[in-house]
Formats: sequence, structure tokens, C-alpha cells
Amino acid sequence: MSEKLVKTPKPYMNPYLAGLGLGLVLLMSYVIMGRGLGASGAFSTATAVAINSVAPAHATGNNFYSEYLGDGQQSPLKDWLVFEVLGVLVGGFISGMFAGRVKKSIEKGPRIANSKRLIFAVFGGMLMGFGAKLARGCTSGQALTGGAILNLGSWAFMMCVFGGAYMFAYFMRRQWL
Amino acid sequence: MMPYFKFDYFGSDTGLFFAFIIGIGFGWFLERAGFGTAKKLAAQFYFKDLTVFKVMFTAIVTAMLGIYFLSVFGFMDISELSVTTTYIVPQIVGGLMLGVGFVIGGYCPGTSVVACSTGKIDAVFFLIGVFLGIFIFAELYPLIENFSNSTNMGKVTMPAFFNIPYGIIVFLVVLMALGGFAGAEWAEKKFGYKKVEVINED
Repeated sequence: MSEKLVKTPKPYMNPYLAGLGLGLVLLMSYVIMGRGLGASGAFSTATAVAINSVAPAHATGNNFYSEYLGDGQQSPLKDWLVFEVLGVLVGGFISGMFAGRVKKSIEKGPRIANSKRLIFAVFGGMLMGFGAKLARGCTSGQALTGGAILNLGSWAFMMCVFGGAYMFAYFMRRQWL
Repeated sequence: MMPYFKFDYFGSDTGLFFAFIIGIGFGWFLERAGFGTAKKLAAQFYFKDLTVFKVMFTAIVTAMLGIYFLSVFGFMDISELSVTTTYIVPQIVGGLMLGVGFVIGGYCPGTSVVACSTGKIDAVFFLIGVFLGIFIFAELYPLIENFSNSTNMGKVTMPAFFNIPYGIIVFLVVLMALGGFAGAEWAEKKFGYKKVEVINED
């Protein structure tokens, strides 16, 4: 065998410790800003800005886009969630780099082809994007953020996310196991 | 008085700076927990690896207790925290869609960002799907706007809805989480990946 420098990725953090860290970040967000974390909202802003640049009349005539475009006084991208998600991108990369986990790969079980996995990824993402808009947030913006302040809708939402995933898991077993 | 932003300690431009810093912390812990890979996230739904549940509920309990005690001791005005409005039926339908999308796509929007930053190609495709899903939602919005805004219950928390004191609900959530953690440890022993002895072939 040729000599190769193989870097073994570091093991993951203890889940309870990682949860404590994540909870403290969420708490800090509430303490400093009075609001929690999020993700899907930033993608809505980006989508609205993209559509607005291609078809401005269409975007401003749509109640969904126009809500994310704001009043035109400042760029809609100067948005709290947009900056937060940019931070997530940076924070994830820094952590991954320190742990030796930044590596090009396709994550899947052994029994499914790459092309199929990527089609499933797009399709799952579409369901998530659509569902998150209906639910006013995703796992970050509703489940975590709303969960911590005991928001009724967030808890109902969270139960349904877990329920939906467990109900459908059987049909997806070839992708993961 | 907390939350600082709501009491005008700084303006919204400074808030954007904090957004970026808080985001870095968020991304860091998601990646540390192992949420940068769909395999680990999806294993949750086969009782193989319950990290998702453990991390999520530890985070919720930590933040919940922090907010509760900061408010009890008078450091934080809890009425200034932003609460999203509950639209119960759209949120139930949206939650089910997210759950099914989770097990098909392997990520949720936040974890897919972390996975993209660490080079996971499937996460890039997932994120393209998220944008498509939002685009479809927006284009259909004139048709679904009524449903999306139905069953508006206002900004309502569980203590208000069930008419049970805040502290009691906090206590019940902690109990539920502890029970859940015990259950998760048991399930991982029973259904989890069997430890395979690694034989080093040189």
C-alpha cells in the first residue's frame, strides 16, 4: 500500500454537552435580542430577493414575497436571520475544520446509488421548504426557539415533525440502513 | 434589563453583528453534535442513534430554564420575548410535511447549512430543494393564503392555553425530558448500532 496521510476525524461531542452548548447559544440570543434562532426565514428572504431581481412586478404583487422584501427603505438582505445563517455557515465550517470533518462526500446508507440519494435530497428539501412556510418556521425557528418559551404552536409542530418522520421512516429504510 | 435589544441598549445594525456571532455558535454546536451528516440525523428515526432527540431536548430545557430563572429573579422581562402566532392546523400539516421531508431528505434547513459548509454534496442538493419548496409555496400563495392563515389562536403559550402556572409547565417539561433521555439510552442499547470489533489490516 502506498503511504498516505490518513486523518481520522475526531469523535463527536457528547450529545448532552452539545445540547447544553446549543441551549446556551439559544439563551444568549433571547437575552441579547429577545428572539431565538432560525434558518428557513433567511432562505425565504433570499428567494424573495432573487425573484424580485428577475421579475420585480411579479414579486411585489405577491403577498408572500412582498412581506420579505420590506418597505424598500433598506436592502431586505440586511436581515437578522440572513446574518445569523451566514454565521451558521462559518461556525459549522470552523468546527468541522478543527475536527477534521470537512470532506466532500454524499451521506447515505450502503444500499442506495448516489444519483438516487441526490434526487431524494432535493425532494425532501422541497417538502421541508414548503412545510416550513406553512408552519412559520422549521426545526430551529419553531421547535427549538418556540419550544424554549413554551409556545403552543411550536410544541404541536415539534410533535408532528417527529410523528411524520417516524411514520414515513419505514419507506426510506433503503436509503439509510 | 434583558432582553437588551428591546430595551434599546444598541441599535439594529449592532443586532446584525450579534446575529452573525450567535450564528457561529449555533453552527459550531450543530457540527460538534454530528448534525453535519444526514446519516446521523436519519438514524434517529430508526432508533439507531438518538442524538437528535438528546441534543434538541437538552437545548430546549437549558434555554427554557435559563429564561425562566432570569425572569423569576427579575433580570428579564419575559413579555418582551418574541412569540410567533399559533396557526394550529397549518402548523400541524407543515410539521408532518417537515417530518416526512426530514426522513426523505436527511436534513432540516439549519443542519443542511452546516453540512454544506463541511462539504456534503447531498446537503447542497437538499438546500436547492428547500429554495424550490419555498418558491412553490410563494407561487401558490394566492391559492393557499386562506388556509395558511386559518385557525389563528394568537400568540399563545402552553401555560396560558392550559391555564397552568408557568413554573409547573417548566417542571413537567424537565420531567418529560429526563424520562425521554432514559428511554433514549435504553433504546440505543436495544436497537442501536452493534459495536463491531475493528480488525486492523495493514
